[in-house]
Amino acid sequence: MLPLVHLIVALIAILTFIALNGLILVYVERKVAGFIQRRPGPFEVGPHGLLQPLADALKLVGKQLVMPRGADRILFWVAPLLSFAPVAICLLPIPFGPHLLGLDVNLGLLLVLAFSGLNVLALCLAGWGSNNKYALLGAARAVAQSVAYEIPLLLSVLCVAFTCGSLSFVDITASQTRGLLSWNVFSQPLAFLIFFVSALAETNRAPFDLPEAESELTAGFHTEYSGMGFGLFFLAEYSYMIVVSAVASVLFLGGWSGPFFSGHWWMLGKIYTLILIMMWFRWTYPRVRFDQLLNICWKWLIPLSLINLLGTALIINLVR
Amino acid sequence: MKGLWSLIVGLKVTGKEFCRPWITVHYPRQEVTNLDTFRGHIDLVPVLDDPEKPLCIVCRRCEEVCPSSCIRIEGHVPGEEKEAPVRQLLLVSNIMLPHSAAREPICATDKTLRVLDGFSLNYNLCSLCGLCVQSCPVSSLTFSSDVYLAGASRKDFEFDLLQRLRDRAGSTKLKKAA
Repeated sequence: MLPLVHLIVALIAILTFIALNGLILVYVERKVAGFIQRRPGPFEVGPHGLLQPLADALKLVGKQLVMPRGADRILFWVAPLLSFAPVAICLLPIPFGPHLLGLDVNLGLLLVLAFSGLNVLALCLAGWGSNNKYALLGAARAVAQSVAYEIPLLLSVLCVAFTCGSLSFVDITASQTRGLLSWNVFSQPLAFLIFFVSALAETNRAPFDLPEAESELTAGFHTEYSGMGFGLFFLAEYSYMIVVSAVASVLFLGGWSGPFFSGHWWMLGKIYTLILIMMWFRWTYPRVRFDQLLNICWKWLIPLSLINLLGTALIINLVR
Repeated sequence: MKGLWSLIVGLKVTGKEFCRPWITVHYPRQEVTNLDTFRGHIDLVPVLDDPEKPLCIVCRRCEEVCPSSCIRIEGHVPGEEKEAPVRQLLLVSNIMLPHSAAREPICATDKTLRVLDGFSLNYNLCSLCGLCVQSCPVSSLTFSSDVYLAGASRKDFEFDLLQRLRDRAGSTKLKKAA
């Protein structure tokens, strides 16, 4: 009985966390974008524009839910839900603090990677269900991008799993509590970089936001969505940013441990620092062309991550 | 490797820009300091001796050249009757007045004295192209720096420029008296 209650409480906490973060991150993104471009950003709605995300949310919720003619009704409406739903599950096995853990599974890493793969399916459904050839092409490119970058993501994560000998987030965090230099980013810097770049590509973020850019230019997988459908995709994107930053913090940056006063504040600090760096990247780099995107993945990230993996395996075998 | 280093350089550039102050002039909390360089709607220029009398000679070149038909001019030759069918100012947006000989631009060698009775500008249509200012032979039109305009209806942007000239003259008189 108690584990069930624990799980339900954790789910409610995580959903609240995601919702709040959705609001905060939208505001922070727009403010950061503004400041980098030397302009104020949202300012009028509420003091310094603090109520802007609420106004945006109200607008999205209040809009009419339109479905194009000939669109597949089920697929069309399942796509945004499928994009947003796995986020809660992805955040469950991640330890936010020494005693803040939703679900203690010894395959936490596998769980997160598996469920974040459902986002790819949501893109497929959105593109196909829209009955729009441009949406379909946009979705096909988005899926190609996501699938391609899954591989270096997994390979870099495997390196960490090799060094720690476990797929459980709790064990990985525990192996990094021996001081600042025991963090995996110092023993696996290349894996951290590959993970971060692949994570950016997985969440359709920063220089790899071809699916979203297409919707500004010609069309993308979420062309036909307005109001809440788009809102869910949008929220899902920010939530996946949190998931990916949380996983990166746990795997490479030591999770909730810090050189002094370890606790959940360190975890949150690391997550938000990584998210700010993602935003920084977005407003620095131009968008990558589709063939350049796949070339980076196939010609650079995969060979590098394979070499890293081999090197790690070699060193571990020599040490043991 | 140079490519990778350029990525870091890019990050440094945007990082520095983040910390720099805004370039935006945050109206209405701040205002622009060089308002004279702004191009607002046109205003009439008075003669040197009499601030209430415009330089305008009612040649109607500005009315003719305006591509958006924003300007409507009322004038008369002293001594003659004012043109009968059009007494009051007409401000009809987007409707061309029927062709009338009385509203044709005056020939360049015509030396008849004309008096301006009314000069209306429909700022809803004006594109600030400046053809009117450019084509005035006596430089009776100039751009104002009246840029902080906000209104709730189209009527708020239909200006009576002759009245504005007189108001400016009146306020200058008040300032001089004070």
